[in-house]
Amino acid sequence: MMLKVRNLEAGYGKLKVLRRVSIHVKQGEIVTIIGANGAGKTTLLNTIAGLIKTQSGEIMFSGKNIHGLPVERIVFYGCSLVPEGRQVFSTMTVKENLLLGGYVLKRKKMDGAVEDEIESVYSLFPLLRERKKQLAGTLSGGEQQMLAIGRALMARPSLIMMDEPSMGLAPLIVKDIFNIIYKLREGGKTVLLVEQNAQASLRIADRGYVLETGRVKLQGPAEDLLANRDVQRAYLGKDIDADNL
Amino acid sequence: MYWEKENECMSRDELEQFQFEKLESTLNRVHMNVPFYRKKFDELGIDTDEIRTMDDFRKLPFTTKDDLRDNYPYGLFAVSLREVVRIHASSGTTGMSTVVGYTRNDIKIWSNLVARIMTAGGVTRDDLVQIAFGYGLFTGGFGLHYGAERLGASVIPISSGNTKRQIRIMQDFRTTTLICTPSYAMLIADTIYEMGININALSLKYGLFGAEPWSESMRQEIQEKLRIVATDNYGLSEVMGPGVAGECLERNGLHINEDHFLVEVIKPDTLEPVAPGEVGELVVTTLTKEAFPVIRFRTRDLTRLITEPCPCGRTFVRMSRVMGRTDDMLIIRGVNVFPSQIESILFDIEGTEPHYQIVVERDDALDRATVLVEVSEAIFFDEMKKQSEMVGLIRKRLASELGISVEVRLVEKKTLERFEGKAKRVIDKRNL
Repeated sequence: MMLKVRNLEAGYGKLKVLRRVSIHVKQGEIVTIIGANGAGKTTLLNTIAGLIKTQSGEIMFSGKNIHGLPVERIVFYGCSLVPEGRQVFSTMTVKENLLLGGYVLKRKKMDGAVEDEIESVYSLFPLLRERKKQLAGTLSGGEQQMLAIGRALMARPSLIMMDEPSMGLAPLIVKDIFNIIYKLREGGKTVLLVEQNAQASLRIADRGYVLETGRVKLQGPAEDLLANRDVQRAYLGKDIDADNL
Repeated sequence: MYWEKENECMSRDELEQFQFEKLESTLNRVHMNVPFYRKKFDELGIDTDEIRTMDDFRKLPFTTKDDLRDNYPYGLFAVSLREVVRIHASSGTTGMSTVVGYTRNDIKIWSNLVARIMTAGGVTRDDLVQIAFGYGLFTGGFGLHYGAERLGASVIPISSGNTKRQIRIMQDFRTTTLICTPSYAMLIADTIYEMGININALSLKYGLFGAEPWSESMRQEIQEKLRIVATDNYGLSEVMGPGVAGECLERNGLHINEDHFLVEVIKPDTLEPVAPGEVGELVVTTLTKEAFPVIRFRTRDLTRLITEPCPCGRTFVRMSRVMGRTDDMLIIRGVNVFPSQIESILFDIEGTEPHYQIVVERDDALDRATVLVEVSEAIFFDEMKKQSEMVGLIRKRLASELGISVEVRLVEKKTLERFEGKAKRVIDKRNL
């Protein structure tokens, strides 16, 4: 089991956002977490990534307890986050952004691997190669998202966590992004995906968890969740009863 | 052969996480959606957010058949009736029936789990499956039917009853798999011999029997008479129906589908967990049911868990065949007696038929139990001496096994009532 989270409780100050959450991700899976705004999806990813301190619970990654470790250590172990809203360094070039992502490889004394990795990011996103000297801030939303994913891939993570990669993107670009996520898994990556676009993420995921007010309310194979009427009504914008009116 | 190898053979470590997560979301859902559970937890001051370990889980109250009856018909449903695509009711062996519902996903999972136990019992898509369980409110018929279809086998939904027609269809349709209660399988076997049908002319290979307790000796007899591999399976409508557990071809305990059910074994009197491997009452919590989840449901079925790995490769824990029910358990002069104990003794004694009845009466505050046993004609018409020898033998065996003396009466073949569904073995005339 690549990632195992048990009884996770986290929040901001006295505010508890995650009440008690247990999830897991197996090697080679795409697992999605869906839920409304404020359900705790981003908090969950940020807590796993070490950006938010846990109040209690355990987080095991590849058999190591990563609970309470600093962010860079968690990245070093192979768990990378593509944050919500991309967060690219807008005054730096595309290539510089990627080089920053490759910092972990340097720490691992794998300097030579940095160029190889940039090449593989370019082959996944040919657009980034074309724009490598362009400032990241001048890229379109979709391109920035590709850059954010590319930057996370530079650390050669085994698990890549993505927070709302489709947010604010045009429908055609959204399709591209989901295709890329699918390709990542084919390339041996494991993906934990947080999405508001429940329909698209359940389509590519193996399993899913439905988060509601900081608790997992439903979970199971993605196809079962797609068929669940609570999920359909609340997250897929389908109301069978309304259709029949 | 496995139906879902990845699940059936998952590591215990993985299973534990799996169960824990599903338990967590089930508790969240029952707390949100079922007022009965919310009220009960609140009364006991239990915050479901604080259930973090299995020890915490054991603080939750048990759910009983009475709770189900008190909430008749829909009080324990966790979804609105709009989401429910099927309604069943328990067969009501004891008392008023209880009502259970299934969403579309529940039916899908149920079918899959039945396909799993059928595969474990040797059945494949090439088989012709004759389902001689009653169809209707009882979960047996439809449960096995959907599972067999899911498996891709050819289903003959004959339902129970009309034994001669069952056999004719078995011959004409070349049935390979028989599904019914073990007592009905015995009746079918006897009828086949009475009709003078050559058993070798039938195509039967497998039998999946359940819905009532039976003994190992009864299995042997069914296997020999019908020339099949007979496996036991277990389920109850309150929890889902058939498909909760089933034997693999090792025929040494029933694998519990632990990725969907969390089981405990408790002492029925103190409600404390039994020591590992000891006999007690099975308690089941559903992990994936949407319409009708149950938390710590007391099944009244007595069994023990077998945790040793099974040669078949499945990692799910096994339960021994159900040894009886806590409410079947007879207390005769203070001693616990199970009909299944008596059954297995009778099977060992040559000349007895597998049909018996236990009559319990009370004279002047003293319990008196009589076992009525059918014997084969040969013995019955023979001299008195043989008969009394046999009575003596049975009495001696029963006394040493049960620890109390019971009376034994031999009756002629076919004098005891026959059952097409669940057999009624005990007649308790005491007004307790």
